[in-house]
Amino acid sequence: MNFEKLLGVGAEAYLYLIKWFDAEAIKKVRVPKKYRDSKLDLFIRTSRTIREAKLLTAARSIGVPTPTVYYVDTDDSTIIMEYIKGQRLKELFLSLNSLVQKEICLKIGELIALLHENGIIHGDLTTSNMILHGSGHIFLIDFGLGEFAYDIEARGVDLHLMMRALESTHYNIAKDCFNYILEGYSRISGVNISKLVLLKVNEIRSRGRYIRKRR
Amino acid sequence: MRSQKCIVLGIESTAHTFGCGIASNDGRILANENSVYIPKEGGIHPREASRHHSTVAYKVVASALRKAKIKKEDINAIAFSQGPGLGPCLRSGATIARAIALILKKPYIPVNHCVAHIEIGRLISKCYDPLVIYVSGGNTIISAFDAGRYRIFGETLDIAYGNCIDTFSRNLNFPYPKPNELHPLDHISTEGGNFIELPYIVKGQDISYSGLLTAALKKIQEGFFWRDVAYSFYVTASAMLIEVAERALAHTGKREVLLTGGNARSRLLQSMLQLVCEERKVKFYVVPSEYAGDNGAMIAWTGVLAYKHGIITPVEKSTIKPKWRLDEVDIPWRL
Repeated sequence: MNFEKLLGVGAEAYLYLIKWFDAEAIKKVRVPKKYRDSKLDLFIRTSRTIREAKLLTAARSIGVPTPTVYYVDTDDSTIIMEYIKGQRLKELFLSLNSLVQKEICLKIGELIALLHENGIIHGDLTTSNMILHGSGHIFLIDFGLGEFAYDIEARGVDLHLMMRALESTHYNIAKDCFNYILEGYSRISGVNISKLVLLKVNEIRSRGRYIRKRR
Repeated sequence: MRSQKCIVLGIESTAHTFGCGIASNDGRILANENSVYIPKEGGIHPREASRHHSTVAYKVVASALRKAKIKKEDINAIAFSQGPGLGPCLRSGATIARAIALILKKPYIPVNHCVAHIEIGRLISKCYDPLVIYVSGGNTIISAFDAGRYRIFGETLDIAYGNCIDTFSRNLNFPYPKPNELHPLDHISTEGGNFIELPYIVKGQDISYSGLLTAALKKIQEGFFWRDVAYSFYVTASAMLIEVAERALAHTGKREVLLTGGNARSRLLQSMLQLVCEERKVKFYVVPSEYAGDNGAMIAWTGVLAYKHGIITPVEKSTIKPKWRLDEVDIPWRL
């Protein structure tokens, strides 16, 4: 690896653009955090690296676009994966017209449902973690907080995160977007499951702090 | 917008502190008098705390007026913390504030307690547009200003950081933390310890503390060395908060960080955030101890900002809001 370019500094990892057998690839390194106890730090970095690699691969195998994992090194908390050329939805989203926004939200809903139907919980669904590829596919990245689970609670938590992320970043259109995401979700999971998950989302919301209609 | 000189008297009473502050529109704090209810045992009992507030109110307000060296005619408006907080405590504070407003025939300004913690931090620490880490016994919120409101980029899903820390400390029979002394847990964390794995719960932008508290107390019961448990508990609870703070920092791209609220006094939180800010090359501000915990000055100062933008409420419509979220409040004084 003679070529390495720092692409970005995320909250917990450094992203480099590298050459991997003549192809462009992303190297994601979970860097040690000085503020954490060293044992805690190692535990968090190692477990998230392993989980992310597993979940990325599992998601890809069921047809959810994610970068292909090329290489994992748990000693350095490093994953080398496919470089997805495209733009993050977070920056792109508001510049799109509302019809395209709707289509994208429906698609996101379908992808989330596909993950959930296969027992994959993303754990950090935000528009920062979605890339619109030139082909029109939406790629999901950043599975470090994810898990394998089938229960309604885990699905609800996942969608609740999506809702919260929309509310803090795209607050003007959050409600419509979330409704389209749910619509897309029910296309895959069916109306009954979707209703159950939505009920759970509302229950999770009501567990939150300072929600008036709690009781 | 009113631009003339104005002086606002603020009343704070959301939880254990009854405070009276006086602030003027040039950003001076003329008085900041506070009386804290300290329970004999256990946590804050809302009824007992509200009794404390009613008892000390006269003394605190009188002493604030004396310290500010102003006549009561000089006051332009009365601000009070309308929420969020403990119902009985809010009610006794609001009653006292209403009485003062009616006697002086002055307008009455509702202030959100969380907004006040942020505004006093910005004023005293002289930062402009920070990512705010607001940690106290009642709230744990990561927030940043965007499009007219303080948006929430992360918060606790159950109990607050301070609540979690305090309940654990009480179970180890640590004394009630004094504002100007190092917290017992800070002593332990500076000395270090053997790390024991405890639940580390981060859900996207949010964190959850109740499971960590239960697990840590269980470890004590199971006979693990209390010092190791205390160390692990404190660094785990704090690392969770710092992680979501760092995520919010990366997400919002803010260039300043402000630590405010009662637990801004935590040496561990301060040192952890310092490290994060150095690494990300952003400026780090901590609210001074005097303005970290609940205080009257922050209500008065936020009252000044609100008054300049005509935010007043008729007494009949001034019911307290114990569950008033930070992100429900419009902030017209910021662009």
